[in-house]
Amino acid sequence: MILVFIETREGKVKKSSLETLGEAKRRAAELGLRVAAVIAGASVDCFDPDIYARGADAVFLLENPALAQYSAQGFAIALHALVVDLKPAAVFIAATEMGKDLAPRLAARLGVAVASDCTKVEVKDGRLLYTRPVYAGKAYLSIRLKATPQVATLRPNVFPLFSAPGAAGEVVKRAAAIPDDAVKGRVVEVVKGAAEELDVTEAAVIVSGGRGMKAPENFVLLKELAAAIPRAAVGASRSAVDSGWIGHEHQVGQTGKTVSPSLYMAFGISGAIQHLAGMSSSKVIVAVNKDPEAPIFKVADYGIVGDLFQVIPALKDELKKAFAE
Amino acid sequence: MNILVFVKRVPDTESRIRINPQTRSIVEEGINFIISPFDEYAVEEALRLKEAKGGSVTVVTVGPDEATATLKKGLAMGADEAVLIKDDLKETYDGLRVARIIAAFVAKKHPGADLLLFGKQSVGADNSQVPSMAAELLGWPQANVVTKLEIEGGQGVARREIEGATERVAFSLPAVVSAQKGLNEPRYETLKGIMAAKRKVIPVVTLAELGLTNDDVAPQVDVVAMELPAARKAGAIIPGLPEEAAKKLVELLRQDAKVI
Ligand SMILES: Cc1cc2nc3c(=O)[nH]c(=O)nc-3n(C[C@H](O)[C@H](O)[C@H](O)COP(=O)(O)OP(=O)(O)OC[C@H]3O[C@@H](n4cnc5c(N)ncnc54)[C@H](O)[C@@H]3O)c2cc1C
Ligand SMILES: Nc1ncnc2c1ncn2[C@@H]1O[C@H](COP(=O)(O)O)[C@@H](O)[C@H]1O
Repeated sequence: MILVFIETREGKVKKSSLETLGEAKRRAAELGLRVAAVIAGASVDCFDPDIYARGADAVFLLENPALAQYSAQGFAIALHALVVDLKPAAVFIAATEMGKDLAPRLAARLGVAVASDCTKVEVKDGRLLYTRPVYAGKAYLSIRLKATPQVATLRPNVFPLFSAPGAAGEVVKRAAAIPDDAVKGRVVEVVKGAAEELDVTEAAVIVSGGRGMKAPENFVLLKELAAAIPRAAVGASRSAVDSGWIGHEHQVGQTGKTVSPSLYMAFGISGAIQHLAGMSSSKVIVAVNKDPEAPIFKVADYGIVGDLFQVIPALKDELKKAFAE
Repeated sequence: MNILVFVKRVPDTESRIRINPQTRSIVEEGINFIISPFDEYAVEEALRLKEAKGGSVTVVTVGPDEATATLKKGLAMGADEAVLIKDDLKETYDGLRVARIIAAFVAKKHPGADLLLFGKQSVGADNSQVPSMAAELLGWPQANVVTKLEIEGGQGVARREIEGATERVAFSLPAVVSAQKGLNEPRYETLKGIMAAKRKVIPVVTLAELGLTNDDVAPQVDVVAMELPAARKAGAIIPGLPEEAAKKLVELLRQDAKVI
């Protein structure tokens, strides 16, 4: 069995968890294994039945009042007991902020290593082989995990969803045992971003601004451009972030976020090695820069040499027209 | 407060990475090594906590003799003590191994520590594993990717970043916290600090002293291959006035690349 942890936020299943479920289903099929999904909470009364169509053969509902809010300790204790019981060959978790927080804690409890932030999972010689970026994508590592179960986190936005419309499966409710004094830290509040922005790691399209944006108010141009494109988010270079023009959660690069959207558009970004490290795995890259020698053009599929203050409005108009069709 | 900060020696982010296919590892020759950038935020936070509440700050690294330079950086910033846990294995990409060493070190040498500070991720291995794993092995709570930290009377509250939102995590001490950019602005070393760091004797702890056997620290990660990403080719520059170029670009993105 491959066990997939399904992350929910306000009762909604995260898309990245479904992507992970899909990848588990495809690899499990090769290995002749079943796929089980696990959802944890105080009481998981309803869950998305779509989960079967997305690859789950069975769904485990792990329940305990202590699971009402996320805590790495509580969730690790509950999942650990389930893993010990089900003895899966592997546990897959989406490499979201929750997944990256939880997976290593669970793995340490199991005494096993983790393959973090994988961008490819294969079956070679009957065993799972994980490929993951290191040095912020300047190199790729293919690894095997020696211990069982294998714990891996899968990068959001990389793996396609699985789809088997109409599929059904079983539901198993489990009470999780969590000792009262075992959870010494927990989430007490979630503060949403002002406009509930899409995170750059989850966006299909990123429009990113650098020092060439010149001033904080000009990032409005990028926000408007992003608003004209479905599933788009605003990114930034470190120079823009360090100048205080936009929050650091938007920073793309080696010390920011590593992203792989379908489309990455860089405006007024020169293309320093640390920036390229974070976005070079994007499917298509567009660069707009007034300097024809800017290194960003070396990795761009399409480039426009020109003034971004002229190009952005024109682009916004064209995109609006295109999406109106 | 008794604070330990765990710092790692990593290749400079400026580095071009070259790979030795035989050893399936990076070529270290010609690479400049630095303290992992997120670890600097951890050191800074420790120093601020100490300035506010008293206590001591010890920087610790698991690595070869060369990692002493990383400890000196922490000392030059103002840490009181430094410890090298000597480990000659090259990068194994196995966070559990390092976490086991760190947990054994804390249990044996600093059982009274109040707070362990880490970077949210070591630049290079890019694992984001060691802090959570060390916390689990010690049975302590954790707050990762932290941009604000408040400690008061044995309790901590941290602001932590998640997708499109922030979480407040409340925890009791002792605890593990890992730093994200935004937590603070790391100070520069002072000349006085650098001179003092130079003179400082750095104790070395061996794995055997921590009661760790070879089995305990055998890597569980088997590196099968290490490769450079497929090089991207420079594409087409779209000519014309901004309006024309924008129109052409949207057309290409829709019809050729099919990404929008
Ligand atoms: C430890 C470390 C970690 C780092 N991590 C990161 C990271 O995670 N992410 C990151 O991005 N950087 C990172 N950097 C910084 C990196 O080295 C560069 O300094 C930074 O990426 C440069 O940002 P920029 O391209 O916006 O600015 P610049 O290099 O100044 O480039 C601005 C560009 O805008 C163009 N331009 C100006 N005006 C216009 C206009 N009107 N129209 C069109 N184009 C215009 C210019 O031609 C130029 O190419 C890191 C550095 C260090 C030392
Ligand atoms: N060899 C090491 N020595 C000391 N601290 C380390 C070491 N490796 C990782 N860490 C700490 O753990 C954090 C996260 O690292 P990682 O899990 O490798 O991404 C780093 O920022 C350091 O604070």
